[in-house]
Amino acid sequence: MASKLTTSNRAGWLFALPGFGLLALFIIVPFFFAFGLSLTNQRLISPNPTEYVGLQNYRDLLGFGVITLEPLRDDSGELIRDEDGNLEYPRVRTITRSDEYPQYAGMQEWFRWQSGDNATVVIVRDVVFMKALANTLTFVVVVAPVQAGLALLLALLINQRVRGINIFRTIYFMPVVVSIVVVSLLWRFIYAGDDGLLNNLLGAITFGAWRPIDWLGNTQTALGSIIAMSIWQAVGFHMVIWLAGLQTISPTLYEVATIEGASRWQTFRYVTWPGLRNTAVLVLIVITMQAFAVFAQIDVMTGGGPLDSTQTLVFQAVERGYGKQDISGGATISVILFLLVLSISLLQRYLTRERR
Amino acid sequence: MYRTALMTGAFLAGLANAASAQTELSMWYHGAGNEVESRIINQIVDDFNASQSDWKVVIESFPQLSYNDSVVAAALAGNLPCVLDVDGPNMPNWAWSGYMQPLPIDASEFDDFLPGTKGIWGDKLYSIGLWDAAVALYARKSTLEELGLRTPTLEEPWTGEEFMAALDAAKASGKFTYPLDLGMNDQGEWYPYAFSPFLQSFGGDIVDRSTYQTAEGALNGDAALEFGEWWQKLFADGYAPGTSEDPADQQTGFIDGKFAFQWNGNWRAVATMEAVDDVVFLPAPDFGEGNKIGGGSWQFGVSASCPNPDGAAAFIKFATQDKYLAAFSDGIGLIPSTASAAALTENYKEGGPLAVFYDLSKEQAVLRPVTPGYVVQAKVFIKALADIANGADVADTLDAAVDEIDSDIKQNKGYGHTG
Amino acid sequence: MAAVAGDSRGLRLTVRYLVLALVGTIFLFPLIFMIVSSLKPTAQLLSDTSSMRAFLPVGDISLDNYFDAFRRAPIGRFVFNSVVITLVTVSASLFLCSLAAFSFVYLNWRGSGLLLSIALATLIIPFETIAIPLLLLVSRLPWIGFDGIEFGWLNTYRVQIIPWIADALTIFLFVQYFKDLPRELIEAARAEGASWWQIYRWVVMPLAGPVIATAAILKSLKMYNEQYLWPLIVVQDEAHRPIMVGLGYFFQLNVAWGEVMAYLSLITLPVLAFYLVLQRAFIASIASTGVKG
Repeated sequence: MASKLTTSNRAGWLFALPGFGLLALFIIVPFFFAFGLSLTNQRLISPNPTEYVGLQNYRDLLGFGVITLEPLRDDSGELIRDEDGNLEYPRVRTITRSDEYPQYAGMQEWFRWQSGDNATVVIVRDVVFMKALANTLTFVVVVAPVQAGLALLLALLINQRVRGINIFRTIYFMPVVVSIVVVSLLWRFIYAGDDGLLNNLLGAITFGAWRPIDWLGNTQTALGSIIAMSIWQAVGFHMVIWLAGLQTISPTLYEVATIEGASRWQTFRYVTWPGLRNTAVLVLIVITMQAFAVFAQIDVMTGGGPLDSTQTLVFQAVERGYGKQDISGGATISVILFLLVLSISLLQRYLTRERR
Repeated sequence: MYRTALMTGAFLAGLANAASAQTELSMWYHGAGNEVESRIINQIVDDFNASQSDWKVVIESFPQLSYNDSVVAAALAGNLPCVLDVDGPNMPNWAWSGYMQPLPIDASEFDDFLPGTKGIWGDKLYSIGLWDAAVALYARKSTLEELGLRTPTLEEPWTGEEFMAALDAAKASGKFTYPLDLGMNDQGEWYPYAFSPFLQSFGGDIVDRSTYQTAEGALNGDAALEFGEWWQKLFADGYAPGTSEDPADQQTGFIDGKFAFQWNGNWRAVATMEAVDDVVFLPAPDFGEGNKIGGGSWQFGVSASCPNPDGAAAFIKFATQDKYLAAFSDGIGLIPSTASAAALTENYKEGGPLAVFYDLSKEQAVLRPVTPGYVVQAKVFIKALADIANGADVADTLDAAVDEIDSDIKQNKGYGHTG
Repeated sequence: MAAVAGDSRGLRLTVRYLVLALVGTIFLFPLIFMIVSSLKPTAQLLSDTSSMRAFLPVGDISLDNYFDAFRRAPIGRFVFNSVVITLVTVSASLFLCSLAAFSFVYLNWRGSGLLLSIALATLIIPFETIAIPLLLLVSRLPWIGFDGIEFGWLNTYRVQIIPWIADALTIFLFVQYFKDLPRELIEAARAEGASWWQIYRWVVMPLAGPVIATAAILKSLKMYNEQYLWPLIVVQDEAHRPIMVGLGYFFQLNVAWGEVMAYLSLITLPVLAFYLVLQRAFIASIASTGVKG
């Protein structure tokens, strides 16, 4: 036994080294490098030497403050109202650009809410980053359940013994083999505001009642349009995974359910769903991780606009690190992205663990 | 014996020299995909190589869109070419970063060159351009007559109010999809080049040029706020299409009659003149501080790591002869760098259709900020203008832009400006 | 009940087919539009979008858009680049990852458990997190080429291949598969004095058909379809540019939608054809990743 082990040792190392070595050099090393870079002020190219700056980059990205604005009053102390009857407030820039509040210098307003007559304003050091963060989280929170759910519905639809069902399965899976870059360009045309295909189709279906919408140029619809397109492209992949899971459920269980007179819903809830647990966990985790990495669609379709409504973390990281040559800033965003992905994956594993 | 050996040695050395007489000089150019430019530059290279036997230039062309990224990548890897082509406003950044060296040519050789063609940083000449570009307001003579508008000239341009009145008249006539096209879909270097002159005409600027250490007051002062409000009005009131404009419209919209006026560069002038009989090129309106246009286009420089700067200098001197300046001008329609070259061209000679641009460039061109920080400032400016066009609050957007520029300057320790 | 059931079943069947078909059109219409449009001149393609003609190959049909697109950009070169990169990366990956997986599963050596865990842990690192640091790293790496040692991997083929050869997913697929193979085969071979290499090459790998197919399909799709961000930042010249980055630049250069549709169709049709011919294998592969997971 001992001699087997010693010879295995050498062969073991030899066989694993090339693969693992590549992994280490090109994934693990840059990963630690990213953490290191985020603590410096390194630029892509600069004659100034790189310095260690500690957590300054994180403070620049995540710094925020909360200020309360009192409504404006006229000379007699009465509240001033504008034509719509709303209270008027001093501009945020009177605070952020005044010398009295140096801690707020350079911040911008993110959002505000009313508390009584006063307006409470959240100001942040980097509004574009915050918007990117919010958009990315929105993307993930919407795409994960919707795509997983739609994929399940499709799988249930396909899981019937009907003649020619495979043709439909082939069709539903087709967008998956098309590159997301191709899909993004194609849909950019489809979503065009003036004479786009989608607007025309909707106009035809509603017999002309439809007013064309500039899907990608409108801050309300831009992110949603990209979400819809991304789901369209990827849902077939997860449909197939659900399908495989469905087909591992023993048919005897279904027979028992029919004998016992269970309704469709009850069959689903008590026979199908429990058998799909593991698949569900896998599908959700994979979709979530992929959703965080959204980049190509944004780069090709909107470039982060309009008004940052489609700004995402990866897009910002690349724009800063590469476009604006601020490598340490880009690395900081990447680290924050990683920590987010890690926490959400761990959270998902925790929430979906076996509770037996 | 000794003498024979010496002679043989000298003879062999002479042979060796003759064999390696042509030292290779690598050169990068941004014109890949552009047939006319490529043809002309290749011709210049061939002529140079044939005209002497010391140097042989080997040229590699890159597509313009990715050219700057290619140079940065090469700088990162340490293998820049000897001669390279740089877009004027980026030169200070490349010089400061250490990829370029000052031109080993006496600056007085370029005395008669247009100011916009000289790339100067730290009082040294780093690059020289074979042409300059200008932007003008394209219009049809017939449109001006129909709408009853005065034709503005270089000495008497339209004021801001006259310009808006012209747009109103075009809008009221109902004949155009939009009165004005600004090419908003092209969110690249076009924005600062084409639109910062408007900002400057209002009295603002991208950065405070007295010190280049901050943009406060320049980009968010009262003049800039006025500019911002005017800019937003153009889109909010339907005078011009916004950022989701179809790129095709910038190319053919004016020719097809969709727009009454188009703010476009003179690189489109030749094609437009062929398609539209009565096109006229009007100067920019004056919003208060004089009318201005952009200046500074692609220029040739020498990389810091070039082992043969004299060879590079010889090539650049060769390429800047009048006949080549004229060739480029005739080919792509841009302004030749010297008056003598202009006299040789179709469009810029005395009385030529585009001659007005030569004077425009000489009198009114304002270079984009001459600072290594320009690379970041351009991106910030582009975003600010796009956001304002899309309806963002003007003051807040400009403040945010100023903050970002200031913080970038600080992070780079002032970008090497002395004083 | 029984008498009516026959009719209602026929009706139910028709309804099912209708639903399936309706869903199918949602998935198909953009692709049909793309292919049909690539055959029309731009002016017609734009005017056709306002009617059902958008999906019909009618009017001035020709391959002109394809020829024009080829004239405008070296698309052939881009396709060649992508194909070369895909083939080399996938082959190297199948070889090195299976070798590593073989070692982790069958060879008992100190640290194998730890290294395997570390390798699988990299699954959670999104590529985008390491893209920028990797850019810096790769711009300084040395290489022994024909001219001796040179530094910097930018604007090359190797920068688009080597970092992608080893990946946790492929290793994981092989590990799961090897674990399921019967041990007796290995032990029998060892007893006969076979070396580990011989066992890998002649006993295990011949049995690995399904997992090789799965890994090859997944990796090929990734390298051909999804390589966008990385080549965008490490490769600028056209000689080494892959198709998707070429597409991005092509679109910025060009405004004729006809040619754009031609480019899109050109790079998609081969993959689609491949898929349609091998769709069983494709779908079975993807399905198996779910089951193993």
